[in-house]
Amino acid sequence: MLSLSEFVAEYGGLLFEGTLNSLVMLVVPTLIAYVIGIALGVVLYLTAPGSLRPLPALNGVLGWVVNILRSFPFIVLMVAIIPLTRAIMGTISGIAGVIPPLVLSIAPFVARTVEQSLSEIPRSSVEAVEACGASIPRIVFSALLPETLPSLIRGAALTLIATLGYIAMAGAFGAGGLGDIAIRYGYYRYQTEVMIAAVVIIVVIVQVIQSTCDILARKVDHRSSNR
Amino acid sequence: MIEIKHLSKTYGAGDDAPHALDDVSIDIADGDIMGIIGMSGAGKSTLVRCINLLERPSAGQIIVDGQDVTGLQGAALRAYRRRVAMIFQNFGLLAQKTVLANVCFPFLAANGKVTPENRDRALELLEMVDLKEKASSYPSQLSGGQQQRVAIARALACDPEYILCDEATSALDPASTNTILKLLRNINRATGVTVIVITHSMGVVEKICRNVAVLEHGRVVEQGSVADVFANPRSHAAQVLLERVDWDA
Repeated sequence: MLSLSEFVAEYGGLLFEGTLNSLVMLVVPTLIAYVIGIALGVVLYLTAPGSLRPLPALNGVLGWVVNILRSFPFIVLMVAIIPLTRAIMGTISGIAGVIPPLVLSIAPFVARTVEQSLSEIPRSSVEAVEACGASIPRIVFSALLPETLPSLIRGAALTLIATLGYIAMAGAFGAGGLGDIAIRYGYYRYQTEVMIAAVVIIVVIVQVIQSTCDILARKVDHRSSNR
Repeated sequence: MIEIKHLSKTYGAGDDAPHALDDVSIDIADGDIMGIIGMSGAGKSTLVRCINLLERPSAGQIIVDGQDVTGLQGAALRAYRRRVAMIFQNFGLLAQKTVLANVCFPFLAANGKVTPENRDRALELLEMVDLKEKASSYPSQLSGGQQQRVAIARALACDPEYILCDEATSALDPASTNTILKLLRNINRATGVTVIVITHSMGVVEKICRNVAVLEHGRVVEQGSVADVFANPRSHAAQVLLERVDWDA
């Protein structure tokens, strides 16, 4: 059994690099997915029956696309879009290789969380800004999105933690990161302590994401007076 | 003035689709405080929402100062809506914006920005509704009556010609109701703005309205001056609303 200092000397660099890779894979695709997902979620909300711009055909098609993308198990999607990934990124391995499948998996999830957050805004508030003579872009950017900020932040915690799960799977396909380390060392080489260390780091990341988002959401939430 | 001509609203298609409004014709003179009263489901909310085209009528016309507004779209519709402010039963304030930002929203809607003059105007309006000290509070920190006063200040921000009140006092206690009604009456006297009051309470009509239309099952069953209707209610709906019928019959 290694002492802690020996363990850190032996595996510290590996775990540090893995953590860094995991964080890059977490942040970059999620940011891209949020740009797409917010746009998609807003369009889904606006075009729904009885909403501000009901367009049943567009709403139906978009809903269908979102549902299909969400139906794919991540690992299957990753394999299925290999040609697309190669075309966009020029490679299918490493961090670059997982960005397209991660974006394609997360964006529809984000779209649904955004759509759900928007539909929680009281009908009378939406009608009031409509009755002020605001245009649809004005309503979206000056009223709807600011109103839904606390809910969006809570949705971001959900999204980031779900993405962390996908990244661990992507690790098995040579993308690197903590999931990859846990599997390679813990499963293939029976170095249980490395696997435990990797899992502990993942647990810490999850806790930090959740706590940060909770605190932020509470800070920006003015909807209830008893905060 | 607003002329409502043969307005109908049906939900769904076909001859037996339910009529929310059925051939409603009402004239509302400039400077009037007009009550539109009826039981729940009589169609009064639908009617007021048709006036600012939050809902599109199925047939008939709404003519404002000689202009048919029924088919307005896009920028013309938004410009029209700025002339017709609305206050709601549930206030319709934006929970994530301060009181001042809520009152400034119509400026933002109209011009895409809020100028220092706009803010000064908003503060004046808040002073008028006696809530200037709450400018940086959030709606959730206010009582219902205070929230409705903020909504009134917001409604006045764009100097509207008409104010639509959709059950504006129905969620409030009697004291707050009186405050809101006095405020609306004083604004009407001071600025000449036309006020259209939707309510199921004859008390509200009696306190501030000059004219009244009684709606039942989507039809106007009685209209006239408040004095006449109160003195001699002819329709059954008016008699029930005035509690002139034996409640236990």
